Amino acid sequence: MAHELGAPVVVLREVVKRFGDYPVLSGISLTVRRGETVCIIGPSGSGKSTLLRCINGLVPVTSGSITVAGREVNDAALDPIALRRDVGIVFQQYNLFPHRTALQNVMMAPIHVLRQNRAEVETRARELLAKVHLTEKADTYPGELSGGQQQRVAIARALAMSPKVMLFDEVTAALDPETKKEVLVTVQELAAEGITCILVTHEMGFARRVADHIYFTDGGVIVEHGPPAQLLEAPREARTREFLDKVL
Amino acid sequence: MTDLPVLRRVGPLAGFRAPLALPALPLAAALFFVASLAWAQTRSAPVGESAAAAVLRWAPLIFGGFLFNVLVSVLSMAVGTALGFALGLLLIAPTRLPRGVGWALTQFFRNAPWLVLLFYAMFLLPFELHLGGLEIPLPSWAKAVLGLSLPVAANFAEIVRGALQSIPEPQWSAARGLAFGPLQTIRLVILPQAVRRMLPPWMNLYAILTMATTLISVVGIQDGLTITRAAIASDARPELMLPLYLFLLLLFFVYCYPIARATLALERRFQVRG
Repeated sequence: MAHELGAPVVVLREVVKRFGDYPVLSGISLTVRRGETVCIIGPSGSGKSTLLRCINGLVPVTSGSITVAGREVNDAALDPIALRRDVGIVFQQYNLFPHRTALQNVMMAPIHVLRQNRAEVETRARELLAKVHLTEKADTYPGELSGGQQQRVAIARALAMSPKVMLFDEVTAALDPETKKEVLVTVQELAAEGITCILVTHEMGFARRVADHIYFTDGGVIVEHGPPAQLLEAPREARTREFLDKVL
Repeated sequence: MTDLPVLRRVGPLAGFRAPLALPALPLAAALFFVASLAWAQTRSAPVGESAAAAVLRWAPLIFGGFLFNVLVSVLSMAVGTALGFALGLLLIAPTRLPRGVGWALTQFFRNAPWLVLLFYAMFLLPFELHLGGLEIPLPSWAKAVLGLSLPVAANFAEIVRGALQSIPEPQWSAARGLAFGPLQTIRLVILPQAVRRMLPPWMNLYAILTMATTLISVVGIQDGLTITRAAIASDARPELMLPLYLFLLLLFFVYCYPIARATLALERRFQVRG
């Protein structure tokens, strides 16, 4: 995808995360510019999900610096709520609120966190549900939706906060091949609109179509990164080749 | 479809049959009561008031006393629920100090005999509270309500803690990811799901509390038990002990049994999906 790339929105410098003595991230540096779509690939357990959760402060980092829209995340004085208004996250397991309908799931945060007008929020929420092709499911409870539908509601719910960056944590990993496609199409549409997206994914074909830049992580470090065509077809590192041989 | 529970707003209880229409147990209780009357009659003097007539004469007074027990139970439950909810939130606080305070209070009041706590409340609390220039009289029933609400609060705190923690971690992450604050997360996301899990043990706790309210007769409050004992003493007819106490027991039974049935029905209902 070719966009006019803007200023850096998310910048990681030498981010280290240890759980006890166990290192998960051992010095990660990357930069994501406005409008850019970045995919992070790599073997399971290489710290990709932890990396995403560090960006919106769900997981505190051990050392290093993360800035999101100019705000330092690794700062004791950080207001995590202000940070998370700017960063939407979509999880592998959707995590919709089961006691609220699809529409209510999308409306809750703008009403209670941003204190926006209910009628305006509802109009916008319905637009977002239309955008993820779920207009007719507005009043349905999550338990009555398919996995793919739930995931699209979760995407609309994150978009309702008008975040500056969207994080996608293996959003299709729990889905069967057919519903996988509907979610991937939705994400691809968002990326094409120029929303800044960081995706952790195992879908190499998808990463290739949607990403401006791909990072390959293994063992808590970025082994190499580059544009999709270069990284997927002419990887420089042996570890990248080894990984791609297994998954492609 | 997924295995997510479908959590709609709760309507009237389907599958909850009117408990008094259930024949076996109430019928057995009634039979037992009639038998106790008949037994008392055989022990009574052949002339004079029959056992049944004596029980009937005392019944309204005892019933009035029983209603006082119910009132005390409702008030203690209200106070205990409010205190216990706050205590339960302390128990899941992210920082150590409030959690430690909550833990100590909960453990102390959960593992103290109810009667001893009641004595403490009766004899340590003053007759009047001085708030600024205001003098608020503290009658003994109010002290009893406070005394009973303490163990209720401690037990409810554990129910609250367990129910809040039983909501899967991803729900908390999702709420935090949407920039909800900790109290918003609990109020808007966690509590509505957890209430269903709190309700059955809360009702069970209420039934236990209701029966424990007879403890207040020990500290000199005129409840159903005090009146029953007075009735037996004033008639000087020891054979009435059996039917009169049984009458009081049955009042509690008729009140608490439907609660137990409803608790079971709720447990079954919430177990079906999720």
